[in-house]
Amino acid sequence: MGTWVFLAAGWVLLTALFGLVTSRNLIHAIGCLTVAQSSTYLLLLAVGYRRGATAPVYSDLTPGTRPVVDPVVQALALTDVVVGATVTALLLALTIQLHKRHHTVDPQSLTGLKG
Amino acid sequence: MSTRARLVMFLLAAAVVAAFFSAACAHLPPFATPDHPYGERAVAAALERRTANVVSAVNFDIRAFDTLGEESILFGTVLGATLLLRRARDERHRRPVAERVMPTTRLFATLLLPVTLAVGVYTVAHGQLSPGGGFQGGVVLATALHLAYVAADYRALQKVRPLVVLDVADSLAAASYTLVGLAGLITGGAFLQNVLPLGTFNTITSGGTVPVLNATVGVEVACGLICLLAHFLDQAVEFTGPDQYEKTGDR
Amino acid sequence: MNAWLIGAAVVFVVLAATTAVLTRDPARQAVVLAVLGLGLAVMFAVLQAPDVALSQLAVGTALTPLLILLTVRKVTHRPTRESGGEHDRSRKRDQR
Repeated sequence: MGTWVFLAAGWVLLTALFGLVTSRNLIHAIGCLTVAQSSTYLLLLAVGYRRGATAPVYSDLTPGTRPVVDPVVQALALTDVVVGATVTALLLALTIQLHKRHHTVDPQSLTGLKG
Repeated sequence: MSTRARLVMFLLAAAVVAAFFSAACAHLPPFATPDHPYGERAVAAALERRTANVVSAVNFDIRAFDTLGEESILFGTVLGATLLLRRARDERHRRPVAERVMPTTRLFATLLLPVTLAVGVYTVAHGQLSPGGGFQGGVVLATALHLAYVAADYRALQKVRPLVVLDVADSLAAASYTLVGLAGLITGGAFLQNVLPLGTFNTITSGGTVPVLNATVGVEVACGLICLLAHFLDQAVEFTGPDQYEKTGDR
Repeated sequence: MNAWLIGAAVVFVVLAATTAVLTRDPARQAVVLAVLGLGLAVMFAVLQAPDVALSQLAVGTALTPLLILLTVRKVTHRPTRESGGEHDRSRKRDQR
């Protein structure tokens, strides 16, 4: 399989950053940020995969009979998913507050600082 | 900065990142490599502590301190969203009006609500045995409750959702994670040390402190996400800004 | 066989992610993000990570799109609508 799965993760990250840079709507930018987060899940799990291995759950598997994939990166990805969702929620709350005070969600028209 | 200049700058930076990232990927162990030193050590440690689901063992035992940080992030987010989305002085509270729901939708959601709640509790409780755990089960529980909104209307959701109780439960669950860690410090000599009896492998009480920490995280995620969604729903459904006073009776 | 499944899942995720970035309307983007979340969940299951797949299924397909849609509704909501057509027009005006 080589390295193309890692390169796919890099493509997803750069595409999401492109969307962030060119975005004219903060909600769309937050959506792009969640896409950027998903590239990290892709990279982590691709690093931890092992050919012919099964999931690291031993409730129906005798230890030592089959290779398992790397559980450490799975725990990291799990943390990543939950933290990503909370970051999204906080940014969306900030966007709502911003719209209340400045009546826009376009980052280009947020030029001056207002008290 | 003009849009064009920004795009050019981004493309230059992206080209540099892409070049270095591709070069780095060429030096990584190839995809699906059989060589996982950390994974093998984590599996050995989890089996030694008699936890069947190695991912739960990594989250709540081997890297439990990391999960403490993670649930603190969650707690802080709920706190921050509560502050950001509180009712402003110039906003008016609007009573949500009962809306008509299709009978099939109502039947579907009413049947599904207890099933989904049971699935959520099961996922939390069996976190150390089968795939699942506090985070996954907590999210399922939090979203399951909102089937009441689908089945009836916003007022029905408010009845099944005692926000004050959930707020307190969220804080208590977040605090009890630290308390379990302190108990490990007092009796075992290290913060978050696994001090409880390990039990029999592959039973619901196995793993020492893993099921306890798993349950606290489950309660915290469920309560925290319900509160978070409640604030967003309040903003979207109930509050109207100063420019939205007229004609609010149409909903 | 498994390699083909992984390849298909990764290609689907890449396509869905690119579509999600290129969809400029936030409400439509939320739907594409839900599809992306589902694709990611399938990919995690194929990569033998059921824990992450469950988590992604709950968070990525339900929670994140729901929060985005609620924010869109709050930000573009105007009560001056007598009929559906007027509502649609006022929404389009806001998003421009």
